[in-house]
Formats: sequence, structure tokens, C-alpha cells
Amino acid sequence: MVETPTRVRATGNPLVHAAGAVLRPVQDYHRLAWIWVRAFAQYPASLLLMSLAVTVSVLAQVGAVVIVFGHAGTLAGFTVYEGLMVFGLAASAFGVADMFMGAVERLGSHIRAGSFDAMLVRPVSPLVQLAADEFSPRRLGKVVPALVVLGIALANIDVEWTPGRVLLLPVMMLSGVLICGAIWVATACLQFFVANAREAANSLTYGGQALSEYPLAIYGREIVRSVTYVVPLAFISWQPALLVLDRPDPLGMPEALRHAGPVIAVLACTGAALLWRFGLRHYRSTGS
Amino acid sequence: MRVHAAVYARGLRRHSTYRAALVAGALTNAVFGAINAMVLLAVFAARPEINGYDASDAVTQVFVGQALIAVTMIVNTAPSLDLAERVRGGEVATDLLRPVSLLGWWMAEDLGRATFTFLFRGVPTFCVGLLLFDVVLPGSPVQVVAVLLSAVLATVIGFALRYLCSLSGFWLLDSRGLWTASGLVAPVAAGMLLPLALFPPALADVLRYLPWASMVQIPAEILLGKDSLPGGGAFGGLALQAGWAVALLVFAAWLTGRATRRVVIQGG
Repeated sequence: MVETPTRVRATGNPLVHAAGAVLRPVQDYHRLAWIWVRAFAQYPASLLLMSLAVTVSVLAQVGAVVIVFGHAGTLAGFTVYEGLMVFGLAASAFGVADMFMGAVERLGSHIRAGSFDAMLVRPVSPLVQLAADEFSPRRLGKVVPALVVLGIALANIDVEWTPGRVLLLPVMMLSGVLICGAIWVATACLQFFVANAREAANSLTYGGQALSEYPLAIYGREIVRSVTYVVPLAFISWQPALLVLDRPDPLGMPEALRHAGPVIAVLACTGAALLWRFGLRHYRSTGS
Repeated sequence: MRVHAAVYARGLRRHSTYRAALVAGALTNAVFGAINAMVLLAVFAARPEINGYDASDAVTQVFVGQALIAVTMIVNTAPSLDLAERVRGGEVATDLLRPVSLLGWWMAEDLGRATFTFLFRGVPTFCVGLLLFDVVLPGSPVQVVAVLLSAVLATVIGFALRYLCSLSGFWLLDSRGLWTASGLVAPVAAGMLLPLALFPPALADVLRYLPWASMVQIPAEILLGKDSLPGGGAFGGLALQAGWAVALLVFAAWLTGRATRRVVIQGG
């Protein structure tokens, strides 16, 4: 972990220095995560079974979506494949965010155990250390089936695939991942102030995932408004789905919203970063 | 018996200390209940009746499930009975030294926990459902008794299944795989993910008779007064639950005997 700053300093080029400052957390994360991957790889059978278990739970949720659409025919004007696309977008975004940032929800237990103090004295960003803690490749067990479902859904929906649309999709998915990650960090910051807030935070993180797995219009105008303007869950699966399908918003919300994903993602990440700094500045060790 | 009453009371008191976690938990259950309920309402708006269930039946079952989720603790993929960790770590030796049965001790402790959780997390969660949605309430005092009895039996079945998972540690050394598997099967088979009425009828009829259904589906049907219960009424439903509770506890007692004959405690 020592070599990177040395190399940056040696060149003396301000551009390289700036790039180093940006890349440094990424490299740190990569190194820490790799340690955990190697640790988990010591028990390959256990890792494989855990990944399979996560996959099975995703498949159970897909089954629920199929059963629900099977009974209803269409929900909010969405057919079963369109519904599966919404599910795939939500599950893959939350899955990727969970894989990289999900560990931040253990902030409270790190504070209680005193291990957060240990993170603060190390020369690596505490957020990076917290997020990379116990990084487990088993979460791929969630991401991979979600992407497969998304792929199957995209192949079966009635959409004309222009180059623009093909390019928009990854941008929207990346925005979704960033928004999910921001929600994870922002809710974890609550634990700086309220010790037992983890489960309450779950109602936003996992609850948000459950909410975005179905076309949002079924929840009614009030809820869609609040998950658009207060907690930006609508930009994870709902607005991207409307964009891909080129469909008018069933609730008559502005059409410009469906292009706002990347902007919202940057805003959400900035907000989460500010909250993290605020929380960190007000952190008091438990002293144990 | 006095020992068990004391252990029960301690279990209740121990869990009464985590009040903030209780409020947070009830909030989470209520949020998930509301999301599931709204999805089902959208389905029933498209089709008013599915296999004898209407919208308020489905919403009621969602909140029965959310109210019992922390009481039966069957959807947890991590070990949810301290006994599991004590088997793995060897502290179970201390438990076996006590002049009361292992099963009785842990059941008393867990029922204490469950009582507190039911009153202060389950009931508030159900009340949120009552406030926000068209949730059905029991119609007569007899039905209230039947529903409460059903909840007690669901708790006992939930404990017995978790106790059996914990005991598997005597053979498997690390029981976490079994806990994960059971935490995956349970929400689907119990009618927690979706009411079993929405499943294909042939599958639903099989699942209805398995122990997991006795922890959400059967209590919900007793509350709703459905004739799809075994024997066509609440009595049949309670009999099925009681049958599972007794069968699982007898099996648990037998397995405890087998396990204690296997146990080898190192060191000293």
C-alpha cells in the first residue's frame, strides 16, 4: 500500500497527482477487497453454497413477479417481460451497490466494538475501509441472476433498439448503482447519531429495493412523488424503464425526469459524501 | 416447572432491554408490509378474486406475516437461536450440566422472547396495517381466542424448527448452511412471499400441509375464517398446527438424546 503515493510524488506532474488523488481510494478499495476475496476463497465449498443460496432467493423473487403478473395480466400497463425488466434493473443496481457498499450498514457495530477507531488511525479513507470490510464475492450470486433476468426481459420486450437507446441503458444502470450506493452511505451515517438505526435504515435500503422491483405507478401518485423528489428511488428502475420503452408517464410526471438519472446520481453521491463528512466530524468514540 | 417459568421471565426481560431496536424493527416490518400489500392490491385490482382470496384477505395475510415474522424468526438466514452458536463454540456443555432438559430450557427462554416481541413488535406492526389498509379483524371472541392460540402454536413450531437447526450443529459442526437453506425455504413455503392462494393450486395444497404454512398461511386463514383450512374450519387448522408442534417437539426431544450421547467436550 506504500508504493502508490511514492510513485505519484516522484513524477511531480500536477495532472498525475490529481489522478492519483482520485484513483487512490479505488486502489485502496481494490486491495482491501482482494484480501477478503482470498480469505473467503479458503472455504470454496462454503462460498459456492452461499452464492447459490443467494441465487435461489433471487429466483424465488423472480417467481413471485411472474406469479403476480400471471394473475394480473398487466400492472400499470406493464406486461410480464416489461415487469421483469423493471425487476432486473432494480435487483442488479441494488445487487452491485450492495456488493461494493453494503458493508457500510455495519457502521454501528464497528462503533460499538471499537473497530471503527482502528479504521480512523490507518492511512486509508475510513469509508473505503468500512465499505471493503468482509467484501464477499458471494453477492455475485445476486447480481448475475438479476442481469440474466434483465437480459431475458430486454430480449422479449417490444422495443426498437436504436444505437442511442443501446448506449443509454448502461448509463442509466450506472446511475442506478450510484444512487443505491448513495442511499446506503446516507442511511449508514444515521448510525453515527443513533446506535441501533441499522434495522430502520434497512427499511430504506432493502425496502427501497422491494419497492423498485415493481412498476412504481402501482403505488399511487403520493408515493411515486416522494420516491422521485425526496429519496430518488424512481431513477433506479422506473424512469429508466419508461425511457427504454418510450412510454408516457402513467402518472403524468414531467418527461424530462427520465433523462435526469445521471444528474440525480451525481447529486445523490455528493449529498451522501457531505453527510458522511458531517457524521465523521461529529463522531465520538465509545471509548471501549 | 418453576425453573421454566423463571427462564421464561428472564427471556422476556432480556429482550425488553432493546427498545430502540424494537421500534426500528416494527418500522421495517410495517414498511415491507405496506409495499407487499400495495403490490397485491394492484393484482387484485386487475382480478378481484384469485382462488377464493380477495384484496382484503391478501392484505390481511401480509400483515399477519409481518406481525409474526420476528416472533417465529423463520425467515432469518443467520442462526437466530443462541443455542446454535453454543453448540459450535462448545458452551453447550454448560447447558447440559443443568438439572433441566436442554429442550425445555431453550423453549422457555425463546417463548419469553417471542411473547415480548409479539406484544411490542407484532401487534404494533399489525395495527399499522389496520390503519393504512382494509385489514380484517376477528369477528367474535371465539375467533380471537382461535387466532391467539394459532399464533402461540406458530411460535412453538418456529422454535422447534430453529432448535432442530441448532442441534444439527452436533453432526455438521457448522450449522449455518442449514440455517441459510431453511431461511430460504420458509418465506416461500409459509405464504410470506405471497399468499399460497396465488400459487398453482396443486402446489399450494401440498405446501399447506407442511410445517412452514402453519406459521403464516394457517394463522391467516383462521383469522379470515376460510373453508380452505384442513377439515373446513378453524378447528382443523388448529389441529394441523398442534399436530406439527407436537411432532416436531417429540422429534426434537429424541434428537436431543441422540446428540448428547455424541457430544465430546475437549479441554478442562
